[in-house]
Amino acid sequence: MNSNEIYNLLKSFFPDAVIDYKDDKPVEPYIIVSAKEIDKICLFLRDEENLQFDYLSCLSSVDFDNDNLAAVYNLYSFVHNHKLNIKVIVPKSDPVIKTVSSVWNTANWHEREAYDLMGIIFDEHPDFRRILLPDDWEGYPLRKDYKVQEFYNGMKVPY
Amino acid sequence: MRYLNRLDSKIKQYEHGNFVVTSVDKFLNWARLSSMWQMTFGLACCAIEMMATSASHYDFDRFGIIPRPSPRHADMIIISGTVTLKMATRIKKLYDQMPEPKYIISMGSCSNCGGPYWEHGYHVLKGIDRIIPVDVYVPGCPPRPEALLEGVLKLQDKIRNQSTYKKNKA
Amino acid sequence: MAELKTETITLNMGPQHPSTHGVLRLELVLDGEIVLEVKPVIGYLHRCFEKHAEAMTYPQVVPYVDRMDYLASMNNELGYAVAVERLCGVKVPEKVEYIRVIMAELNRIASHLVALGTYGLDAGAFTPFLYCFIDREKILEIFEITCGARLLYNYIWVGGLSHDITPNFKEKVLEFVKVFRPRIKELNDLLSFNKIFIERTANVGVLPPEVAINAGTSGPTLRGSGVNFDLRKNDPYSIYDRFDFKVIVGNGEMGTVGDSWDRYMVRVWEMEESCKIIEQAIEQMPAEGNVQEAVPKRIKPPVGEIYARTETPRGELGFYIISDGTNYPIRVKARGPAFCNLSALPLMSKGCMIADLVVILGSIDIVLGEIDR
Ligand code: SF4
Repeated sequence: MNSNEIYNLLKSFFPDAVIDYKDDKPVEPYIIVSAKEIDKICLFLRDEENLQFDYLSCLSSVDFDNDNLAAVYNLYSFVHNHKLNIKVIVPKSDPVIKTVSSVWNTANWHEREAYDLMGIIFDEHPDFRRILLPDDWEGYPLRKDYKVQEFYNGMKVPY
Repeated sequence: MRYLNRLDSKIKQYEHGNFVVTSVDKFLNWARLSSMWQMTFGLACCAIEMMATSASHYDFDRFGIIPRPSPRHADMIIISGTVTLKMATRIKKLYDQMPEPKYIISMGSCSNCGGPYWEHGYHVLKGIDRIIPVDVYVPGCPPRPEALLEGVLKLQDKIRNQSTYKKNKA
Repeated sequence: MAELKTETITLNMGPQHPSTHGVLRLELVLDGEIVLEVKPVIGYLHRCFEKHAEAMTYPQVVPYVDRMDYLASMNNELGYAVAVERLCGVKVPEKVEYIRVIMAELNRIASHLVALGTYGLDAGAFTPFLYCFIDREKILEIFEITCGARLLYNYIWVGGLSHDITPNFKEKVLEFVKVFRPRIKELNDLLSFNKIFIERTANVGVLPPEVAINAGTSGPTLRGSGVNFDLRKNDPYSIYDRFDFKVIVGNGEMGTVGDSWDRYMVRVWEMEESCKIIEQAIEQMPAEGNVQEAVPKRIKPPVGEIYARTETPRGELGFYIISDGTNYPIRVKARGPAFCNLSALPLMSKGCMIADLVVILGSIDIVLGEIDR
């Protein structure tokens, strides 16, 4: 199935949660969905007979624009050999997304990374901590307005 | 005897006895520099070159360098790679566990000064010498095995010229 | 007899530990010798790749890409180049494609050699390590002649290559392949079919295929579980669709499908397949061609985003790149294969012995540079 058909199918099942479909070249087509229902949609995508997206290739966090963050899910299906991109956009003031780590185990670490570097909070995640940076680190480095701290544990950070 | 001669050409040997006369400093230094045990410890890409240096082609063992897994057995540590802030405290701890005399080779640009990560590396320590003293810096990204060997020889030179006696007197 | 009271202990393994292949730390919860729970703690080599990528122009990112998976730099560069080229719609000359494939496959062999050699070390055999490094040095020599570097090459550029190959490149590579083929057999005699080694690795750390897919593993770790999936075949990039090679999958020859021995063996036979690809590529490679012909003067991709994935020795390396039309990317996210493979470690190692944990960890062949980026 191509992304457009999947979009129509999703729209019929989740009329409120599926927000938009974008397909302007050279961007790969993607579907925008709501942050509150992403887990249900993902479960549906994984288990529906003719979708079967059983593989989460990648989950990226993006500093979308001045007020919004985004999470991008790249899905793949071993069974049907098709791909799908999903985007979730959340405001910087309240960056909360439902976790999908119960759907795909991969998401567990990817979500922790997204939290660590971008500060997106994944709701109901089983083990929600920083992953790469130390626990007592300040700030989220990949945000565009990030200012590096002067000292960490008595060690000077900038050159 | 051949080996001792290398230590000092003016060494005195007596005809009938099994003994030689040399200075304490020279003897200690000779013993130290010819069996520097290194702590097995890889950090990043440079560690791969360090492994290659100790494997078949370049062979560290000829300089008496044998990897030891524990810092308490080691005389020398090669900081081979990028030191991040999260790792830095651990390295300090490892360094503190090593018995004196201890020597440090900083291998690669990253541990010398931050290397390619000096500008935007918010999580990279810009130079291992900010936390522990360094004896020899080996430049390169990564240094070739020959360069690392050169660094080891430089360290041996350094050890050859140090003096336990003077240090204690001062 | 009265019941003995037992309690679990928590043990810390790493970050300085000879068998964690770098600076990985594992928190183990143990019941005697039995591992109840493993928690990998990563980030000791977090070098801020993604932040760097945002501050660099597209060609400047290539050296940092090298340093991600430093055992397979060529494959990383290829992945990045493919992603950016797809984004800007650059078509590279035929000759460049062939050289890229040859380099990538040579690097795959070199990387697998390190993986197999150090795996021997983990299981307690020192000699295979030395044997593997002899052959690896030969590959590095070829790289060195071509581009001057032994480990981090900056060779595959967006749209081309940094240097053309030397006149005797073909002979050198063919000679290597000829010498290397019998060495695989030697390695098999030395390690793979060694009784002690099989006892150590077979039936250890079994990863069933459904679990492997759900956990997002890829590369030899996934194929070791019997899933026939290789991006070179299933989602071809560059010119991999022109070559005839087999996808190696684990078949549980010595124990269960998906055990450590299977994962190990997939790598061994993949080296053979890589040799096949190299031979075919050398044969078909056009003699003429300028390797820098298609390198754009300024790389300014159109506004857009792309997720491109390629197969490195460790699995699916994905680059998610967002461009806003300037010559600096807005976001480059690298999906490291070892990152996802490592996250499956707790699933593989529940209920194993501590000594087995080392073997399991070795069998997924992690490179910390790529896990932490
Ligand atoms: S100096 Fe270069 S090769 Fe060495 S660790 Fe740093 S980036 Fe890697």
